[in-house]
Amino acid sequence: MAGILEFSPEDRDNAFITTCSTAPFTDGALAGTAVAVKDNISTAGIQTTCGSKILEGYVPPYDAYVVELLRQAGAAIVGKTNMDEFGMGTTTETSAFGPTKNPVDPERVPGGSSGGSAAAVAAGLVPMALGTDTGGSIRCPAAFCGIVGLKPTYGRVSRYGLIAYANSLEQIGPMARTVEDVSRLMSVIARYDPRDSTMLDRPYDHRPSADIKGLRIGIPEEYFGEGVDPRVGETVRDAIGALEGLGAETVPVSIPGMRHALAAYYVICTSEASSNLARFDGVRYGPAVDIRKSWHEAYQDLRQEMFGTEVRRRIMLGTFALSAGYAGRYYAKAQVARRNIREDFKRAFCDADVIAGPTMPTVAFRLGEKTDPLSMYLSDILTVPANLAGIPSISVPCGKVDGLPVGLQIMGRQFEDERVVDAAFAYEQEVRA
Amino acid sequence: MKTIVGLEIHVQLSTATKLFCGCSTDYRDDEPNTHCCPVCLGLPGALPRINRKAVDYGLKVAKALDMKVPEESEFARKNYFYPDLPKAYQITQYDKPLAVEGTVEIEDDEGHEKIVRITRVHLEEDPGRLVHVAGGSKYSLVDYNRSGIPLLEIVTEPDMRSPQEARRFLNKLRTILEYLGVFDGDREGGLRVDANISLEGSERVEVKNISSYKGVEKALTFEVTRQKNLLRRGQKVTRETRHFMEGRGITTSARSKEEEHDYRYFPEPDLRPLRVADRVAAIDLPELPVARKNRFMAQYGISLNHARTLTGDPKLADFYERVASVDPVLAATWVADTLLGELNYRDMNIAAVPAERIVELLALLKSKTITDTAGVQVLREMLDACAAGKPCEPPAVIVEREGLARATGDEFTQVVQKVVAANPQAVEDYRAGKKGALNFLVGQVMKETRGRADPRELGRIVSEYIDTGGV
Ligand SMILES: [Zn+2]
Repeated sequence: MAGILEFSPEDRDNAFITTCSTAPFTDGALAGTAVAVKDNISTAGIQTTCGSKILEGYVPPYDAYVVELLRQAGAAIVGKTNMDEFGMGTTTETSAFGPTKNPVDPERVPGGSSGGSAAAVAAGLVPMALGTDTGGSIRCPAAFCGIVGLKPTYGRVSRYGLIAYANSLEQIGPMARTVEDVSRLMSVIARYDPRDSTMLDRPYDHRPSADIKGLRIGIPEEYFGEGVDPRVGETVRDAIGALEGLGAETVPVSIPGMRHALAAYYVICTSEASSNLARFDGVRYGPAVDIRKSWHEAYQDLRQEMFGTEVRRRIMLGTFALSAGYAGRYYAKAQVARRNIREDFKRAFCDADVIAGPTMPTVAFRLGEKTDPLSMYLSDILTVPANLAGIPSISVPCGKVDGLPVGLQIMGRQFEDERVVDAAFAYEQEVRA
Repeated sequence: MKTIVGLEIHVQLSTATKLFCGCSTDYRDDEPNTHCCPVCLGLPGALPRINRKAVDYGLKVAKALDMKVPEESEFARKNYFYPDLPKAYQITQYDKPLAVEGTVEIEDDEGHEKIVRITRVHLEEDPGRLVHVAGGSKYSLVDYNRSGIPLLEIVTEPDMRSPQEARRFLNKLRTILEYLGVFDGDREGGLRVDANISLEGSERVEVKNISSYKGVEKALTFEVTRQKNLLRRGQKVTRETRHFMEGRGITTSARSKEEEHDYRYFPEPDLRPLRVADRVAAIDLPELPVARKNRFMAQYGISLNHARTLTGDPKLADFYERVASVDPVLAATWVADTLLGELNYRDMNIAAVPAERIVELLALLKSKTITDTAGVQVLREMLDACAAGKPCEPPAVIVEREGLARATGDEFTQVVQKVVAANPQAVEDYRAGKKGALNFLVGQVMKETRGRADPRELGRIVSEYIDTGGV
């Protein structure tokens, strides 16, 4: 049943950077399904900007592996979604193509950095979308927009074709309105790709099951402490209560390494980013540099002009963290903190099968509310640990505070993405019934 | 004043594909930017994938140089901006190289054996190449065919004491690399060298950009003179980087900015660490130059000098072994002395010479069907044909056509008679005891027979002829 899908959405929330009015599709598991793709995932023949002016007009000559898999499965790729510039943000406000609005409340941010994908799904423009998650970029917008988003285990989905922000942390993952759709999309994209050397050959072939009797759910005190809106905490505790009602049991666990999680995360992601983004120098991307200037000067001026403030801030931070004389104090220490967090999770997963808590400490902010970068960084505290540890983590809607969605976050052991999907599925089936 | 030299050698490994992608490495005769893909173009989103063959080639070298190989080796990013570097970082190795602490044995300037210590070897990718458009254009072009070619960087300790030692070290290293089959010595720019040189007690100067191993001795010789002159004039040698201008044979100061680089190395997050200890254990080394030289002397009974020359290039050594059967000592002389000289004169490669023709030639020489002089003539004809791309005739056919068979019997006697009769003064001189007179007469006979007689034999025959009163 191959064909062409016509796509002309009324994009009130600025969810898309590029839309494809006619999207061809073939036969397969997702035949004819409209899928939106975050704009940092390479699509042959379709502009891929990363939400940045410097990549405006860049049309990749090749498909990312996940896009190749989507096409093989018959999906119709209908557009590229808005995002924080190079994924650097928690609100989608740093996009060079304007902020995306939250379909639940247009005065609010959709979260980020995969805010466009979350908004497109939440607004009903597409049934499913791909996002990427470096420090919460799938789960945060899923929580803020009231949809489901999965950050897979690091190494489960090929990063080939994903324009890198922080290679050692990020994964591509599925976003949809239901856990079942998230799982379906995951089955398509989680296929081994030898071109990504950080992958393991662990394909995802799973139909979610709501049977969670005897599941041990770890409750980390750190996820309900300072900085977490008590009403959000309460909503999430109620959701965990519902899981207990289904036969799961809860155990207290602790992730003491979380003290240093944010600092470690920001050192690692900015360090990697400073190197990844160095290639955007105006020689091959962006408008041509002024050749009357010396090349160093031309690079500098162009990067100053074409990168947004947040991107420049993170490049500077990362460059500093890797500099001679400072790398030992920052980059090396961040790696130690990262190892500690991994160990903490390993220990916690001896007592618990999954770990649950809020996805975000608050509900969605107002557009323009977070002007201080530090307070923005602080809102990533509950999502970055899963990226540092490389473990799977899902966000599933679990109620509202002030009429705004709250996300229940469920994390699992490495390569136990199936288990977190099942737990989320059980919750979803329970509240829907 | 002691000269102290250390080298950093970048060797292009002769794998079929690039270090991190499947693009072919054989771009020599192709258009720019035709051996490229998202990976070696550094397109956003492309990921490197290690070429196992390149790792094995590197480990082969490590094993041949008797180096320590760690359990784990790791790639790192070296960050710097340069228009030929598509990712703005080079994937290389930093604190976890493939191997450390090896040795290479060379001869010092007095002919004694000495050890040059190898600090480390590591793998890295070659950048692209800038092509400067002629006519003072404001822009340069970039060719990414070279981008991603596997390089092995070999770093020595400062153990060499003269430019000549440095040259001998490089020759030795090159031979080892060729024996291992990891390096194509004929490839232009396949071996590039940065040299550190200082005079004892003085600052160190780094000479970059030496793109031929013959240039290394030239560049270092220039530097020794330059630095000695500075000190003689009471000036100081500044610690700096200099560039070698191959054409002019001089070094010039590079801007000091280059030394202020902070490369911000960190482990490459797109590649997993390599488990190298197990791999190196599984590698079988071929026979290396020293072992082969010793075997040649024992097995074929040839001289040290011939054995050294023949094993200096694996292709030459292979060639010798293919032609040695007729008579190993005769073959050694002909290959190491005559053939090699004729090849150098024509700028020809041993690979262009058909071994079976040389076997036939050696058989003609051994059976004394032709003289050495005629043999050289036949060889030249064959090589000229090969060089011109023409079929190489069998030596017997050339001998027949050119009438080069050894002069014998009546023909021979007639020539001697004729020469003696025509040169009464020389005969007189010979009888008077002048040695030179005999040589002159022999030379005349040689000339008449176009080399078809053996000069030593001829001397005996001519003197006998005169002494026994043939005249
Ligand atoms: Zn390539």
